[in-house]
Amino acid sequence: MVMEIVCPAGTPAALRAAVKAGAHTVYCGFADETNARNFPGLNFDRAEMREGVAFAHAHGSKVLVAINTYPRAGSEALWHRAVADAETAGADAVILADPGLLAYAARHHPGLRRHLSVQAAAANADIINFYAQAFGVKRVVLPRVLSVPEIAAINAETEVETEVFVFGGLCVMAEGRCSLSSYATGRSPNMNGVCSPASHVEYHEDQGVLDAKLGGYTIHRVGRDDPAPYPTLCKGCFTAGEKTNHLFEDPVSLNAEQLIPQLQKAGVTALKIEGRQRSRSYVAEVVKNFRAAVDAVDAGRPLPTGMLARLSEGQATTTGAYKKTWR
Amino acid sequence: MPPTSQSIPQFPAHLARVLRVLPLAPLSLSLTAYARRVAKTHAGLFRRLGEHDHASFELAPTDMPFVLLLEPRGGDPKVTVTRRAPRADARIAGPLAALIGLVHGAYDGDALFFSRDLVIEGDTAAALALRNAVDDAELDLSEEIATLSGPFAAPMRRIVSFAQRRTGVCLTRPEDLAAW
Repeated sequence: MVMEIVCPAGTPAALRAAVKAGAHTVYCGFADETNARNFPGLNFDRAEMREGVAFAHAHGSKVLVAINTYPRAGSEALWHRAVADAETAGADAVILADPGLLAYAARHHPGLRRHLSVQAAAANADIINFYAQAFGVKRVVLPRVLSVPEIAAINAETEVETEVFVFGGLCVMAEGRCSLSSYATGRSPNMNGVCSPASHVEYHEDQGVLDAKLGGYTIHRVGRDDPAPYPTLCKGCFTAGEKTNHLFEDPVSLNAEQLIPQLQKAGVTALKIEGRQRSRSYVAEVVKNFRAAVDAVDAGRPLPTGMLARLSEGQATTTGAYKKTWR
Repeated sequence: MPPTSQSIPQFPAHLARVLRVLPLAPLSLSLTAYARRVAKTHAGLFRRLGEHDHASFELAPTDMPFVLLLEPRGGDPKVTVTRRAPRADARIAGPLAALIGLVHGAYDGDALFFSRDLVIEGDTAAALALRNAVDDAELDLSEEIATLSGPFAAPMRRIVSFAQRRTGVCLTRPEDLAAW
């Protein structure tokens, strides 16, 4: 059976582009802090969500609505309303992270399929089975810190479908538990839906040298011929003592395209593409490539060669934790 | 595929020199009228700007002898063409072909930014909101002009198509990829 491609859509135009490019499934969110890509100019109002779902369904694609931040005490109604509105819009599932919100959705919207967000950082079979038993979770998006053998081990011990990231910005932290963005800006993906919010990002270019700052801290300084970085702390380049280094690795993007056969063998159901903050042109290009790749694998043909590096942060790619060369 | 620096056409330098004598006031008036038409036909673009719909943007084609100051003014936009960099909340600079290609959705803004073909300075959030709003609007600037041209729409489209082929600049919105 062909692996499902789950594609990002930050805007209605990107949703249509993804569907036309061959996305089996599109994920998106409402234009507020209920989803973890709460960036300026992005996301869907209620009418756009209804129209987007109708468009996707008319073309045979599914829509998942990400409501994957953690509700703020006293403001839970915003998150509850998002779940209800996703169901009303006809969403095929909601992607949730907070156990309280999962319990709410299971109790009040039992017919709405529930997926566990990567923001829940569920990284072993026991916790995944717990989410399935307690809240009826049908699919889990696995954290980007697992190797292929670890993913296979999880799939051997759970009936819950697994979805893994295969392309796009690479978060190297335990998602949902990272406070680096809060430290520098007071805002985080977990509570506000923004990692390294654009409102706290500044660029200064002087004679070809580009400084990228976050919350007043210089995170990167690159020369004229180097790719421009987005200043996230975990991908920053720092000087300590007499050494200047990236904390974990260069700011490169994940590309696990060549690992698709191994991921299929490991029991993975769906392949997720990161990038709700990217343009419709990017979405169409990446979706087209990955659809061709999964169809090739399904038909027993060789994988097409990758052509996506220039679209990536750092203009270079890595297989991240799947091969664990960076640990 | 999205471009690299090598594949983004540059406006010919000799033509740019000619444009130095272009009277800017009529150009500003025309572009403002044009932007107001876009505001009517694509009201969602200004809604999507959200809290940034009163920000000001310097759009700087680096291969042209002038820059544009775009003020959305909550859906009543104004465009001013100047020879000197104006005061603006955000500055977006790059070759004219890159800026037009971005408007038409031919290029990915992040990819252009990573490759240093596009420079963003000032209020990054406002610049991001503008980029996302424009990307969602699915604009076709040439088609808007053709529509305004009345009986000359058909020849206008042919001229645009010819210019696009000759220059490599994405002057119209690329057709969507065919359904799978």
